[in-house]
Amino acid sequence: MSGTNGVAPDVTTESPDVAVVGAGPSGLTAARELAASGLDVLVLDREWEAGGIPRHSDHTGYGLRDLHRVMNGPAYARLLAERAVEAGARVRTSAMVTGWAGERSLDVTTPEGRIRVDARAVVLATGARERPRTARLVPGDRPPGVMNTGQLQNLVHLHHREVGTRAVIVGAELVSWSAALTLREAGCRTVLMTTEHPHAESYAAFSVPGRAVLRVPVATRTRVTRIIGHYAVEAVEVEDLATGARRTVPCDTVIFTGDWIPDHELARAAGLDIDPGSKGPLVDNALRTSRPGVFAVGNLVHPVDTADIAALDGHHVARHVRDYLAGVLPQGPGIPLRVEAPFTWVSPGLVRPGAGKPPRERILLWSAEQRLVARVEVTQDGRRIARRTLPWPVSPGRVFRVPSSLLSGADPHGGPITIALA
Amino acid sequence: MNTRQMRYGPLPVERVDVAVIGGGVVGAAVARALSAYELSVALVEARADVGDGTSKANTAILHTGFDAKPGTLESRLVRRGYELLGDYATTTGIPVERTGAVLVAWTEEELAALPGLAAKAAENGYERCEIVDAEEVYRQVPALAPGALGGLTVPDESIICPWTTTLAFATEALSRGTYLLFNTRVEGVEPPSGTAGDAADTVLRTSRGTLRAGWVVNAAGLGSDVIDGLFGHTRFTVTPRRGELFVFDKLARPLVNRIVLPVPSSRGKGVLVSPTIYGNVMLGPTAEDRDDRTDTSTSEHGFGFLLEKGRKLMPALLEEEVTASYAGLRAATEHGDYQVFLDAGQRYLVLGGIRSTGLTSAMAVAEHALGLLGEAGLRLDAKATLPDPPRMPNIGEAFPRPYQRADLIAEDPAYGTAVCFCERVTEGEIRDALASPIPPADIDGLRRRTRALMGRCQGFFCGAEVEGRLRAGVARENREYREHGEHGETEQTGEAQ
Repeated sequence: MSGTNGVAPDVTTESPDVAVVGAGPSGLTAARELAASGLDVLVLDREWEAGGIPRHSDHTGYGLRDLHRVMNGPAYARLLAERAVEAGARVRTSAMVTGWAGERSLDVTTPEGRIRVDARAVVLATGARERPRTARLVPGDRPPGVMNTGQLQNLVHLHHREVGTRAVIVGAELVSWSAALTLREAGCRTVLMTTEHPHAESYAAFSVPGRAVLRVPVATRTRVTRIIGHYAVEAVEVEDLATGARRTVPCDTVIFTGDWIPDHELARAAGLDIDPGSKGPLVDNALRTSRPGVFAVGNLVHPVDTADIAALDGHHVARHVRDYLAGVLPQGPGIPLRVEAPFTWVSPGLVRPGAGKPPRERILLWSAEQRLVARVEVTQDGRRIARRTLPWPVSPGRVFRVPSSLLSGADPHGGPITIALA
Repeated sequence: MNTRQMRYGPLPVERVDVAVIGGGVVGAAVARALSAYELSVALVEARADVGDGTSKANTAILHTGFDAKPGTLESRLVRRGYELLGDYATTTGIPVERTGAVLVAWTEEELAALPGLAAKAAENGYERCEIVDAEEVYRQVPALAPGALGGLTVPDESIICPWTTTLAFATEALSRGTYLLFNTRVEGVEPPSGTAGDAADTVLRTSRGTLRAGWVVNAAGLGSDVIDGLFGHTRFTVTPRRGELFVFDKLARPLVNRIVLPVPSSRGKGVLVSPTIYGNVMLGPTAEDRDDRTDTSTSEHGFGFLLEKGRKLMPALLEEEVTASYAGLRAATEHGDYQVFLDAGQRYLVLGGIRSTGLTSAMAVAEHALGLLGEAGLRLDAKATLPDPPRMPNIGEAFPRPYQRADLIAEDPAYGTAVCFCERVTEGEIRDALASPIPPADIDGLRRRTRALMGRCQGFFCGAEVEGRLRAGVARENREYREHGEHGETEQTGEAQ
């Protein structure tokens, strides 16, 4: 492309040691740790302020595992950003990475111009989002008033705008209750929550601020089959999955919650190996992707776990990025991790012998179904290498965590390892 | 601020030489063409924006007309419109991609039909179709499902932005002095009662008051038969034909580099797979006759049909996410051709039954309409000077978008500030759309002008921000309207632009 006088306009080049894409909990934590060890770290975020999703999740419960305190989302977001900057990371907002210019080189659009960032290592921390109504193939009319939790919380917490008065929430997991809280704050009653599962997954888990306050009716084994209302939402049609019976529920707002998909565009554009289950980039126990020097952390690789778990990925990856830059990150093939139903994905998806333990010494899994008793079985090449009943249930809509010690019996030269429920 | 296109309040004009009913692609093209002459013209639109009906939801193909019915008006006007619009797109910056198309034969019957289709294309004046074998089909579209037996290529079939097209016509019409009367539904018609003076005028009773017109052009799309009825005619009936479409994520775009068309056969009409000008992939449409002319809802059976077809055509496509689904209504009639009739006594022209090919043919339809009107006695004196055609913002992927242009960003940082991330729409583009000659009336209008909120997140990240900017823009526009109203001004810009 040429400029106004036929000369290529100047594209500024930056050459940090590490470029971190995404200033949410995982990216900011990685940036802080890497900068603290003396590296030049540039964080790029397309939003006008750093912090990621917690910026507009105005409820408590943040910071437990990473900062060992409990705070609300916006305060947590601010603190992580401050700490990254204090450690010496450069955090650049309104900076949108639009593509790759090389193996570890990024094209970035900013108000100050187009920038090329030639980094020695790249950490992708682009997070995840909820699938919108369209991707869930819910037919009907297309009025405004149908949105995800992300947009709802943006509207209410950052833009201080009103929503409707009667909402139906699609989903009954952790984020769905977060949506219910936001709606209540905006003066909108949740008239129904629907879930296709036989249980409201995170009802019990959502003890803060508590189920008693919300008193939301939950329709289990129920799916939304149609949106009704030409200019504004008038109702949704729901189906009882057990009987096939349908009814309409009058409402003026529909919130589609959960059903996460990683924001994986950059990972896909780079041609990184993609995990078919999570659709995030395939990573190993050191959180490296299939491209040398490119790492991926947070909910991009496990859509989604809580913010503190994402942040601890950032903590974990720092050491491996440093090892990579020092040329001492162990090489060699990895052993693929696989899952059997009801699990839909596992993260990391590769175990590389010699690369140390995965973050928090946990393997993360996602399940499509509830199992009250979690008897986990790990096999490799037809041989059972571990079997253990874990003291927590398997629930859809939240990550199921398995100690990585269950893999310690694996043959480092063996074939794929499979995790299943016995 | 141009009061010729005020959206609310009393009509800014009492009488025009020509009223064009319907602000779709055809009506806008006709108004643009008429306003090149010494005539006062009004484009009368029931909705709040141009291109908000059938014109916004079609398959967005610039047709060569290879498969039209030879000898029809449609065949002739599509051929001519292809050339006219292609040139106009270059002049005004309407996004076009010359992708080419291939019809794929999956059965022996379809394979046997290809020579006939090539001959028909030649009859329509299109000579560049070529029958190719299966190997060549897969070379052109590697992601196609196995089982293709052969194909017919149509190298000049292209994709185009339907929204920018309609908007460009209307913007140029406005700059040439056309009144754009939005939110103006024609509810009653009093055809001329005489041949001279006021008696020769048609009186249009509208939701915003009475408009007198020397001549009336009916380009009301789905409502064209109803308007025709108000003039006392029963020549055709519009049966809305609903077409549902899926738009797949941009990550699917490498799968499809050209338009993949079905071969019309006894199995019924198939669906097409096509790249879109915005970098997505489209699958559809379904075809279902409906009664309700406003029902653009999507349906479970429509989705089911599309998924089944998609799986057979290109399984890899279904691995990607669906970014959007929508339904359009085609203004189908019981006749096999456009329904164009001039009634010289009534000084009335109907342009009805213009189906999805109307996007391609619109400029030729307008040319044809002017010819008919001129023959019937409408005086056409060319204006001595005309404003330059508008230069439309590029919302297609074929040319660099503002976020990619270091030169633009250096001049104005707003083009370097992404607001809608998925579609990479910048603050500058949204600002420009809100300040454009025909600003958006609602979020859909902003989407059609900028692509904001069209992307895979559907507002998860930027929905609140984009909506806030639109609200501020619409509030500003309304304030300006009020101020103009208070000062009793009715117009200020016009031909001299």
